Amino acid sequence: MEERISMVHGSGGAATSELISAVFAKEFANDTLNQMEDSAVVVGSGKIAVTTDSFVVTPMCYPGGNIGRLCICGTVNDLLMRGAKPKYITCGFILQEGMEVSVLQEIVHAMAETAKEAGVTIVAGDTKVVTGAGECYINTTGVGFVPEERDVSAVKVQEGDVVIVSGNVGDHHAAILSSRMGITNHIESDNAPLGEIVEALFTAGVEVHTMRDVTRGGLATVLKELAQASGTTITLEEKALPVTPQVRDFCGLLGLDPLYMGNEGKLVAIVPAEQKERALEAMRSAKYGEGAVAIGTVTKEEPGKLYLVTGIGGLRNLEVLQGEGLPRIC
Amino acid sequence: MNLEEIKQFLKEYDGPKMRIMEVCGSHTAAISKNGIRGMLSPNIKLLSGPGCPVCVTPTAYVDRLVELAMTPDTCVVTFGDMLRVPGSKTSLSESAGVGAKAVMVYSPMDIIAMAEKEPQTNFIFAAVGFETTTPVYALLLDEVIEKDLTNVKLLTALKTMPGVIDELCRNGAEMDGFLAPGHVAAVTGSDIFKPLAENYQIPFVVSGFEGTEILYALYELVKERGNGVVKNCYPKVVTAEGNEKAKKLVTQYFMPADATWRGMGSIPGTGLVLRPEYRNYDAGSLLLNEDNKKNKACCCDKILMGKMSPAECPLFAKVCKPLTPQGACMVSTEGSCHSAFASM
Repeated sequence: MEERISMVHGSGGAATSELISAVFAKEFANDTLNQMEDSAVVVGSGKIAVTTDSFVVTPMCYPGGNIGRLCICGTVNDLLMRGAKPKYITCGFILQEGMEVSVLQEIVHAMAETAKEAGVTIVAGDTKVVTGAGECYINTTGVGFVPEERDVSAVKVQEGDVVIVSGNVGDHHAAILSSRMGITNHIESDNAPLGEIVEALFTAGVEVHTMRDVTRGGLATVLKELAQASGTTITLEEKALPVTPQVRDFCGLLGLDPLYMGNEGKLVAIVPAEQKERALEAMRSAKYGEGAVAIGTVTKEEPGKLYLVTGIGGLRNLEVLQGEGLPRIC
Repeated sequence: MNLEEIKQFLKEYDGPKMRIMEVCGSHTAAISKNGIRGMLSPNIKLLSGPGCPVCVTPTAYVDRLVELAMTPDTCVVTFGDMLRVPGSKTSLSESAGVGAKAVMVYSPMDIIAMAEKEPQTNFIFAAVGFETTTPVYALLLDEVIEKDLTNVKLLTALKTMPGVIDELCRNGAEMDGFLAPGHVAAVTGSDIFKPLAENYQIPFVVSGFEGTEILYALYELVKERGNGVVKNCYPKVVTAEGNEKAKKLVTQYFMPADATWRGMGSIPGTGLVLRPEYRNYDAGSLLLNEDNKKNKACCCDKILMGKMSPAECPLFAKVCKPLTPQGACMVSTEGSCHSAFASM
């Protein structure tokens, strides 16, 4: 196998086969994939969740992860947010000419490890090669089974609910930005599959009204959309927001707002107030949910509004992220 | 008074109405971020002044940036906000769709590595800003000269602070106090506001950017109503005299000049340009005085001068939104209209 990707690896001929066996098959091997058929035939279920996502993050490898870990986490987490149990995943690679094969191997290895951690099987894949500067894009499509009794949806958010976030916000965004700016610090991406947290909530019998993973646009955008979809008012407490001192300082320095910074391993769960403690306990007992805290409440006096009670006691209205924020963080 | 007492004082103030202007974009952003407007009595009105560097840049400057970005082998390097500021016809980000080359950086010094990596490309930094930012451009020139780089130039639209406040007061802005810019004062020293305070018998209070610091400064301003005094409520950063080293560095490369402020016209002595001996590092900054609005109904000029609040502009939140800005004040997160939109 050569050291770098070239156009011939996308030809569909011998070089493509070599790439598949040398890089992909080794890491992804399973009964379905090993058949090497045109499509995967798998066992189904009653309610199915399906989602797709494309990953174009730059740099491809960053503190705390890489595009391989990210492309599994992103899709798996989207399935989880509807109460699904992630089952199958497909991946489409668009590789740019000149990409180092060793980097691709590292990315593919991270995908295999993360898929194992998240309990999904990679059942189909595709590779294309285009001209470019040695980077890669990955699309993943995921399928999950939704247990019959689960009904998680934005419209279920109602007065009397509380908002819980699973941990510190802003880490992924700050890690990517630090990496691009060549700043050395201790901030790492939080990219992680959130299956344990979700299962812990359902196992504890919490009546989860809705969940969202807090990705692009950040906490404020996600919660504003939920307030609008459910016609409720959500009020957050700035003092309760979990942000590490490193991320807070980093944001302060660059004039960024942690409320609008993306994450790849955090979720918000909105649950009835009387189940707050049970939900917190369940989330904190799960991997990646150790830092869960309640950050706000749901009322209904001003439908669609999202407010923040600021640290000094002022009231700030929050809108969805305006403008591009930081492009290519996922 | 402790913080709780100050909060109560500002909320319950029932004295004569006060119009207070914050002249720094970072203050505008901090006031909005901390929800401070809602913590004040209706008798205390906060107005945003001409302190956001991209908001006061005339359209001719943006047009020149677009022209440069469309030139072969040329790349414009800028802070993010400048990408979306409308010129007389278009903005840098709109032009990027038709071949303009413009990249965003967080620090002007990033241009050095870019210029070294691509010696065949001319890199132009969109050097806008006040006293706070200008020393960074001086440092950049130090480095460019030391490394003997011939493919880095500045397109400057540098402004200086006290003169424009004088202009506002002379033109009937009717302010009862100024929340003076903490970052600018760190360079210039707080004494720079003394002549204005004495001349117009208005208090100037230099403030930091934390919510509590702004509340303290507002309390001082209300207390000093009608007094021509300067108070420094940001002593950990600001001195009366300022930062001599930074001032010297700026003087080495730049000299005072008249400057055109968006919507306000030319104000004598309120800008800085490169000294003649460094003009070979200039990308054509002189005489960029044209200032034609993209949308004639835009009221950015009146808003910058404290004569109108954003909500009173007929375009506000209708045609003019952060994603479709008609004037510069809606672009930057430090712009008064953007700030007002975000806290609607």
